[in-house]
Amino acid sequence: MKNNGNIIEVNELTRKFGDFTAVDQISFEVKRGEIFGFLGANGAGKTTAIRMLTGLLIPTSGQARVAGFDIYTESESIKRNIGYMSQKFSLFNDLTVAENMRFYGGIYGLGNQEIRHKTIELLDRLGLTGVRNRLIADLPLGWKQKLAFSTAVIHDPAIVFLDEPTSGVDPITRRQFWDLMYETADRGTTVFVTTHYMDEAEYCDRVSIMVDGRIDALDSPVGLKETYGARNVDEVFVKLARGGVS
Amino acid sequence: MKAFRAFITKEFYHIFRDRRTLLILFGMPLIQLILFGYAVRNELNEADIAILDHSRDEVTREITGKLLSSGHFRLSAYLENESEIEQVFQRGTARIVIVFESGFGRRLIRDGKADLSIVTDASDPTMAQMLEGYTASIIEEFQRERRMQQDAERPPGADKVLHGDGGVSKSGITPEIRMLFNPELRSANLFVPGLIAFILMLVSAFLTSITIAREKETGTMEALLASPLNPMQIILGKVLPYLALSVINVFTILVVALVLFQVPFRGSVMLFSLLSLLFIMTALALGVRISSAARDQQTAMMMSLAGLLLPTILLSGFIFPISNMPAILQYLSHIVPAKWYLIIIRGIMLKGAGLDVLWQEALILFGMMSVLLALGISSFKNRLE
Repeated sequence: MKNNGNIIEVNELTRKFGDFTAVDQISFEVKRGEIFGFLGANGAGKTTAIRMLTGLLIPTSGQARVAGFDIYTESESIKRNIGYMSQKFSLFNDLTVAENMRFYGGIYGLGNQEIRHKTIELLDRLGLTGVRNRLIADLPLGWKQKLAFSTAVIHDPAIVFLDEPTSGVDPITRRQFWDLMYETADRGTTVFVTTHYMDEAEYCDRVSIMVDGRIDALDSPVGLKETYGARNVDEVFVKLARGGVS
Repeated sequence: MKAFRAFITKEFYHIFRDRRTLLILFGMPLIQLILFGYAVRNELNEADIAILDHSRDEVTREITGKLLSSGHFRLSAYLENESEIEQVFQRGTARIVIVFESGFGRRLIRDGKADLSIVTDASDPTMAQMLEGYTASIIEEFQRERRMQQDAERPPGADKVLHGDGGVSKSGITPEIRMLFNPELRSANLFVPGLIAFILMLVSAFLTSITIAREKETGTMEALLASPLNPMQIILGKVLPYLALSVINVFTILVVALVLFQVPFRGSVMLFSLLSLLFIMTALALGVRISSAARDQQTAMMMSLAGLLLPTILLSGFIFPISNMPAILQYLSHIVPAKWYLIIIRGIMLKGAGLDVLWQEALILFGMMSVLLALGISSFKNRLE
């Protein structure tokens, strides 16, 4: 399983909350090193799926392996090998930028020396070296999001899960954010990103489109547009959401 | 271990950067101590007293002199007749009036029995009761002295004659009140142990539940749960800083109380520390349990306030004696950990009691701690449900 180039393998994964089926028998693979777009409207089940893959939520049924580990029995190993940026903000407002990085570096087991190097490197890449000792609370949202992303990959995880990282962020920052993701993918970290901005799908290597808990389509953006005879992914999504599967 | 150290460091940043937490942590205990120590005094200091003396003899003068020299009373006025009693209460110039019947001294000498009324303003019942108690004990003492004097003056035979029914005088005039362990009725001796219990509950349970609920509310808990930290590390990391600060707090309160209010400490400091640790762990477990039930800080705050702090104040015996409560509240008080802790530390501090006396309370507290700790840990979810 580890050698076939798939870093995530999901088979008929399902999660129910009472009568409501949030995720309905989804199956897909994510290849090592790619940027995988996990698309869907709000409430389509993206966050539930991501929480199962990160070991935060036990599935109702189905199987999945993340970074080669089983999500039921080896969630501790999964947690060591992934980075996770949840929809909610994950940095501490009352800590400075450097203190946040020290904390997250620390809980992922990095040494002091390593954390110091990483902090300098990451801030340098973001062009935010100047805010090193500022409290997170005092920074604008776009900066916070970029910092949260950098913190999520401070330990160079095999995969980073990003849950709607660009929602509420201005277009320029969104663009910069995607540049960051490319750089991260280039360094060998697989990027698993959810979004409901369909234009962002064009930046992904492959995208899956989730509607009402099911994955209705999965392909490269170009492939999807061909299959559905659409000009962009947005059109693909609208066709799928209306149930007009050709 | 590296991860755990990073966590603890973060917690201390949270604590020392949040003014509200700091205030509760270090300001509150001091404010409470001073408030209870100086403002909310249960002991009497110079209550205004009025005397209506129909007899005006040597004995009544002696009793009056004794009351006034006790330091508890300050003479407001000598009244002339009964109708003035209500007036002084209405004007608030006196809180207590002593009425000697006419011929008081003569009857006391002749019959060994005389009537004296203690009239108090019961619109403040606590104060009225207290005044009554003080007065009664002063008069009791007066009688004791008098008897001793008579015993010394009279030959043994005569003594028998007079005190054959002189026993009536003993029981006839005043009830016997004895106060053990806190003979000066110093309120500091009572409230300092109560305050220690309250502060520990406040810091350990209240602040812990809020700090965990805050991580849930802001969403950082999700990041922590998705990290390699295991739930035990998260709980311990949250709890240990508050444990350390609680211990510092206890000894601060204790030292201030010993120095400022001369509260006695008759028992073993070792036993006190050990059993306090037991109580702190009980409170921390409660805090963890509450935080796992509460989704945000507001809920956690309300739950700890209603579920922990109020019972600690009202049902622990801190302010209101449990024995005076209706039966149902007395039963309810059994499940308040602070009740048992209060019995323990009052025993250690005021009576010098050891484990041979307090083992039952200690065992109950230990049982509570074990159950709550198991509950707290099992309710803390490793995953989001």
